[in-house]
This record gives sequence, C-alpha cells and structure tokens, in this order.
Amino acid sequence: MSTSNLHMYVLAVPLLTAFFVNLLGRISRRWVAPLVLGALTFASLASLCVLGKVLRHGSFSYTVGNWQPPYGIELLLDPLSALMLVLISVVALFASISAIQSVRQELPGQEHLFFTLYLILIAGLLGLVLTADAFNLYVLLEITSITTYGLIAMGKGRAPLASFNYIIMGSIGACFYLLGVGYLYLMTGSLNMADIAGILPTVDGTAAVATALAFILVGLWIKMAFFPLHGWLPNAYSLAPTGAGLLAAPLMTKVSIYLMVRVMFWLFSSDFLFLQNPLVSTLVVWAAAIAIVSASCLALAQRDLKRMLTYIIVAEVGYMVGGIWLANSAGMTGAILHIVNDALMTLCLFLAVAAIVYKLGSGEFDKLQGIYRRMPVTMAAFTVGAFSMIGIPPTAGFFSKWYLIQGGIEAGHWQYVIALLFSSLVNAVLFFRIIEIGYFFKDGEQHGHEKKEEAPLLMQAPLLISAVALIVVGLGSGPLVESIIKLALPAGF
Amino acid sequence: MSYQTSIWPLAAVLISLLGSIPIMLSGRQPNLRESWTLLIALGKVVIVASFLPTVLAGGGYEFTIAEVVPGVPIALRVDAMGMFFALVASILWFFTSVYSIGYMRSLNEHGQTRYFASFAVAISATIGVAFAANLLTLYLFYEMLSLSTYPLVTHHQDAEARKSGRKYLTYILGTSIALALPAMLIVYSLAGNLDFKSGGILADSGASPETLALVLVLFLFGFAKSGLMPFHGWLPAAMVAPTPVSSFLHGVAVVKVGVFSILRVIFHIFGADLLLDVNLGVVITTIASITIIVASLVALTQDNLKRRLAYSTIGQLSYMILGAGMLSAAGMTGGLLHIGMHAFGKITLFFCAGAIYVAAGKKYISQMDGLGRRMPITYLAFMFGSLSIIGMPPLGGFISKWNLVIGAVDSGQLILLLVLLVSSLLNAAYFLPIVYRGFFAKAADPIFDEGVKEAPLFCLVPLSLTACASLALFFYPDIFLRLVQLALFP
Repeated sequence: MSTSNLHMYVLAVPLLTAFFVNLLGRISRRWVAPLVLGALTFASLASLCVLGKVLRHGSFSYTVGNWQPPYGIELLLDPLSALMLVLISVVALFASISAIQSVRQELPGQEHLFFTLYLILIAGLLGLVLTADAFNLYVLLEITSITTYGLIAMGKGRAPLASFNYIIMGSIGACFYLLGVGYLYLMTGSLNMADIAGILPTVDGTAAVATALAFILVGLWIKMAFFPLHGWLPNAYSLAPTGAGLLAAPLMTKVSIYLMVRVMFWLFSSDFLFLQNPLVSTLVVWAAAIAIVSASCLALAQRDLKRMLTYIIVAEVGYMVGGIWLANSAGMTGAILHIVNDALMTLCLFLAVAAIVYKLGSGEFDKLQGIYRRMPVTMAAFTVGAFSMIGIPPTAGFFSKWYLIQGGIEAGHWQYVIALLFSSLVNAVLFFRIIEIGYFFKDGEQHGHEKKEEAPLLMQAPLLISAVALIVVGLGSGPLVESIIKLALPAGF
Repeated sequence: MSYQTSIWPLAAVLISLLGSIPIMLSGRQPNLRESWTLLIALGKVVIVASFLPTVLAGGGYEFTIAEVVPGVPIALRVDAMGMFFALVASILWFFTSVYSIGYMRSLNEHGQTRYFASFAVAISATIGVAFAANLLTLYLFYEMLSLSTYPLVTHHQDAEARKSGRKYLTYILGTSIALALPAMLIVYSLAGNLDFKSGGILADSGASPETLALVLVLFLFGFAKSGLMPFHGWLPAAMVAPTPVSSFLHGVAVVKVGVFSILRVIFHIFGADLLLDVNLGVVITTIASITIIVASLVALTQDNLKRRLAYSTIGQLSYMILGAGMLSAAGMTGGLLHIGMHAFGKITLFFCAGAIYVAAGKKYISQMDGLGRRMPITYLAFMFGSLSIIGMPPLGGFISKWNLVIGAVDSGQLILLLVLLVSSLLNAAYFLPIVYRGFFAKAADPIFDEGVKEAPLFCLVPLSLTACASLALFFYPDIFLRLVQLALFP
C-alpha cells in the first residue's frame, strides 16, 4: 500500500473488518477480539501517520475513485480532520479494549453482532470527518445513526424504546440537514463543499441561503443533543449496552460539533455567519449558556452514574457550541481543544463506569458505598476524570475551559462566562457527591470490611492510560494548541 | 534581578509528591513508613535552605515545567517572597512530621498510611504555591492543596467529618472556581500575562478603577483559604481533623497559602503604587479590620480549645492582609513578616492543644483548670505561643506587630491603630486566662492530681522547639526581615 492514500485505509480497514467480524465471529467468537483490536490499532497508527503527513506537508484533498470534483466524492485532509481521525481511532481503540470485556458479560454470544455494528459506526465517524461533500456527509451521518440505533437497541429493559425515541429524533434531524443541503443545491447546483463555498457569494437570495444554514444547523443540533434538542440522549446512552455507551458518549456529540464547524466555515463564511446579522450569534451564545445551566441542573437530579454523565455530556455540548459562536480566536481554540479534551475525559469516566458496572451490575449511587476501598485503582482514575470535568489544573479540562472563558470575556458575553463557571461548580458538586458516597461508610458500619474486587486488568489498563492522558494532554496543551489546533482553526481565526 | 535556570525548585516541590509513593507502599511497616516521612521532610528543608544564600544575595532560581497557555507557562521561581514562605513551611513540616508520629500512634488512629501520604502531597502543593512564578501556577498548586487536604480534614470518616469536609470544599473550591478563576482570566485579558512582577502587571493595562476594584474583591474572597469574612466558616469546621492537621495545615500551610496568594496579588499583580493611585487599599483594610475584630470577639466565646485557636487564626490572618492593605513600607513589611511569626506561634499553640488531648483527653477549656501543674512544659510553651500572637516582647510576634503599628501611623489611617490595639487586648483576653487557670485554678478533674503526665516525647519535643523558635525570632529576626525587605523593595 502506498502512503499517499493511507487515509483511505484508515477508513476502509474498520469497515472491511466489520464483515470479517461477522463472518468469522459466527464460526468462533474468539475471532472477534483480535480482529477488532487489530483493525483499530491499525487505524490509530495510520491516522497518526496521516496527521504527521498533514502537519509536515500541509492539507490535501483526495478524490475517491479518481472521479473529479465537483461530481466525484472528495475527501479533505487538513489539520482539523486529521486531528479528528486520530482522536476517533485512538478513543475507539481504548474504548473497545474495555468494551470487549463488558460485551462478553452483558451480551454473551452476541459479540460478533455487536462488534459488526461497532466497527461500521467507527468507519462512519471516520468518514464523516474526512468527507468534503455535503451529500456524502448526509449518507455517513445516517450510517452512524443507524448503527447507533442498533447498538442501543441491544441493551436491556427499555433500551429498544430509547432507541426508537432516538430514531424519531435522529430522523427529524437528518431531514432538516437534508432539506438544508437541498436548498443549497438549488441555489448553487453543487454538492461539493468547496464548490458551494465558491459559488455562494455570487448568488442572490440571501433568504434561501440563510434558510439552508438554519436547517442544517438545526439538523446538526438535534444530532449533537444541543439543549433543548437533547431529549433522546440521556436514555439512549444510559440504557444502551455499556460497550456502546463507551464508544458513543465520547465521540458522537464531538463529531457533530466538528461537523458544525466544518459546515459553518467551509460552506459559509464567517462574514455571513457573524457580521450580516450579529443578533444570531448573540442568540446562539445565549442558547448555549442556557443549555449549559439547564443540563447541569438536570444532572444534579440524577441518582445513577451513567445518567448523570449523559447530562454532563449535554452541558458540554453547550460549552463547545457557545465557544464556536463567540466568533473570536480564543473561543474557537477553546471549542476545538475541548472537542479533544471532552472526548478524552468522557472516555475516562465511561471506562471507569464500565468497570464499576462490570463489578456491581449498575452505577446507582446507593451501590457505591465504600467503593474507594473496593476498587481503588478504578476510583483513582475516575477521580482524575472528575477533576478534569470540574476543571482543575493541570488536567486537560481546565485548559479548554480557560480558552472558552477567555473567549467569553473578550467577546463580552458574560452570560456565557457565568454559565461556564456555574457548570464547573455544579460538576464539583456532582463529582464530590460521588466521592463522598464512595469514600465514607454507611452509618454504623466500620472500616475495613470491604475486600478489594477490581474489574479485569483489560478494563483497568485503558482506564489508567486515559487518566494519565488527561494530565499529559493538560500539561502539553501549549504545544498541542500551537502546533495542531492553531492550524486547525477556520480561516480568519 | 537575575534568575538562574535550575531544576532544584522542581525538586523541592516534587520530593514530597513523589515521596508519597514509598509512603503508600510501605503501609504495612509503620516504622519504615515514618522513616520515609522524616527523610523526605528533612530532604525538603535541606533543598529549600540551600536556596537561601543565593536569594539573600539578591538572586534566585527558575524552572519552566510546561508551556500551557500563550504567555503563561507552568513555571517555578525562587524569589525572596516565595523563599520566605517556603522556608517557614518546610521547617514547620519537619516538626509536624515528628509530632504526627507521636500523636497518631498515641491515639492509635486508623488510616495512618493515607494520612501521611496526603500530608506529603499537601506540603508539595504548599511549596508549589510558594515557588509559583505566575498566577496560573499558583492556582494549580492552590487547588492541589485544597484537594489533597480533603482526606485529612475528613480523616475520621464519620458523619461529622463528612459534614465538615463538605463545608471545607464548598467554601474553598467554590470560591476559587467562582471568584478567583474569573479574576485571573480578567487579569490575563487585561495584561496578556500573569507573571509575578515587582510593581505589578496591571499598571499599564489601562483598566478602569471599577474593573480593578472588582478584580481585587474577587481575589480577596476567591482565595478563601485566607479566612476573610464572610468566607471563614470552613476553618472552624475543619477542626474536626486530627490535631497535627489542624496545627500545620490550618495554622500554617493552608491558611497562609491563602494569605500568601492574596499578598502576591496585591504586591506583584496590582503593585502597591497602582493600588495607592486608585485608592483601593481602603477596600482591603476595611474587610480585614472587620474580620480581625469580629473573629477575636467570637474567639472569646469558644470553649473548645481548637475552635478558639481557629477563630484566633482567622483574626491573625487578617493582620497580614491588613498590613499589606496599608500600602506603607512598614505596614507591608509587618504583614508579610507576620506570616512567619504567626506560623511559629500558632503551630505551638495547636501542638499544645493536641498534647493536652493526647495526655488528658480534654478538648474543652473549661475542663482544663489546673492541668498546667501536671503539664508544665506544655503550658509554658502555650504561654510563649500566646504572647507571641498577642505581640509582646520578647517574642517574634512583637516584631511584626510593631511594624504594623508603624505602618498604620505612616499610612495616616489612625483608625487602624485602634483596630490593632483593641484586637491585641482581645487576643490577651482569650489566651491568657487559659494559661492562668491551667497553673493556678483548682483542678477541674481529680485525675489531674495524680494520673496525667506530659504527652510523649514525640509530641513534647516539637512543641518545645517551636516555642523556643518563637522566642529566638525576637532576637534573631534578621533572615526573615532581610527576605521580606528583598521581597518588597528589591
């Protein structure tokens, strides 16, 4: 294989492996784990090479099957998409190590089915960040959604209902997106992003273009669970099999944020977005602030670890949407850095939850008494993840929050700054409540009764690595911003 | 002033952070574990003290750990002000380590491994705050201290500890996130960096007086470890911790980290000249004066000895902030100097309280009548500590208070003189009766006449030494004074 189309293999290997997982997995379930891990290890290494290449030689685009754009499908490899490739493949790799254990326990005998969908979902996510074609994006969006519906429906109890709920909401979102793209096609006669971006300034009919933008944004907001369009997410992610939550929670919303950035700045221009009608961006930042505060408050009402985390995810979506619509460099840097950091800290927390659920059967608060003594390693890593969510230096979460708040101050959007601080405080309450439950004993009970009972090593290892990664990425956020994220910012920021 | 690049400041911070690992690993062999603690404590004193000649000669060291935000690295710098605080903290940590061994073993406490490990992390954070080269680094170690002391405050793991721990974090973490963090970001967007620079970094930023006032107030309350009212409630609550924790952390490290952070902001972010220009010193002195008087009055009403000491600490911390807020040379000197002088005095008092609890099992002052006759050394040390804090010669506390008095006169705010006078009288009123009744009142408990002896040597020696140090600091304050002078007027 030549290195010039290595990125195609990043995409193709998980997709093709999905079918082998299904075929060979039917013969023997033992094939599943090595195939999945092999494919994702390859994808991770290859995407790192791709990122290195993009950073060294600059962005390039690739035409699939040599059909020239604007008619063929074009893939765009710039620092932003290369960064996302690395993020998705590495997070997926670590999630899957733990997911294999958890799926074996929760869905015995169905591993091959689960991981077929799982790998197609990963391939879909990788495709989403690569594509430079507005309609192809829609197709991939549906691929990721449909595989997620399937994964969620494999859960127990009310999971099929949650999945159905998601299908309804997801389909509405997809319709909005498709309508928006349809408007753009009517106006420009093209589906290639660069092509559309070139033609748009020349066409009359701002109203139609604005409608297209609005439809696309609403579609993506449903997909990313931007409050108040978040209704589907908490049930879907908390009732899904733990292994599915492990992959979906860190990546799905973040990829949708990436898509919003892509569509906003590679289809439209920042002049069009922010200058033509400044009220719009102010309103979106207000909506983000409200989203952050409301979702944080809803998280307070939860009595289950998984559900609490799902509401935190919804609040974090508000962080990033707000950061992007602040329309300044610090906000944009913070939002893109937060895509990385939030994916890592959500991964860390969900890995910890997976380990807890593996041992305790669920993450209800009442079961967590004395858990620090029973699962010290898991809880140590969980605590690091919690600190990152609260935003305590030197964990990664602090530094993206730093940029976001700085952006808020510079833009004069104090409501957004206050919302971020409020959410940090609420996160502190949320996590210290768990730390308190886990650290203290029931009344009357004395110390030292609990035995250590950790999850298997294969669940602990990725968890520990993700916790260390949070600190390393935090301390390395200077170079990360300077050498990658600065290059990944949309033009003009 | 020139700073040499050196890895030793990092070593000074890390030695106890990494040292917590062997402490945790040797949990099953208490003697080995405590040897580690003492070895690390000694190592820390040696490393910190080795900076002293260079710093006294007007130099310093620096080390950049990581570039995290444009213009603001995570970096350490050994300057005179940090050196002063680090010296006090590391010496007193050594004494506390010895004392902890006596205290924890005598009372047969559970979870001693966790205790010593958390302690080691906490002292790392304290030295980190002292040697922080900018506000972000300071904030990092400040938060690390808040979190590492949580297991210490809640050591007993019972319902009361849970309640106090919750209060502790609510006040300290809550204010640092809600107030100090935005203040720091506002400064960053005004000045473009967060370096501690003599003369401040905000002078040329062109910020309006209103903005400056807002930022100042956010900082004053944001660093709630300094116990400024109304954010002082955590300190009395935190007294549920074992006494060595109260003595070192809530007499020295944690509370003084709060004051140190505020003084850093006043001296090296705002700069005294800027505060004089916009006349913001009065904001600081007003808040501090109210805290001093109210805390001293409340201290009078406390029967629990540790709680009385806690309220006394709240009042004394505000002396330091008051001194800085006077913005006159002597006032600032007195304020900064009081960090060291008060530390030696207050740790002695807490050590005594712990020794009384170990020896006689008493927590309440009303039950301690006549105890001094059975524990003369402890009570003598208690007297030295009290006199130092009241500000009587020949004890160290006199020197800082004297400077504060001169500072009040120099700054022309005679009302502050009144505050200092009234507060000193109140200090005497809540401390001296304890000593007097200990020696001369009729024994409150018949066992005092026979069974009770002095606490074990592991407790008694450290408290005698810190009491003697308080005395020595009156006669030989030169090193502290020189460091303070260098910090304020380079």
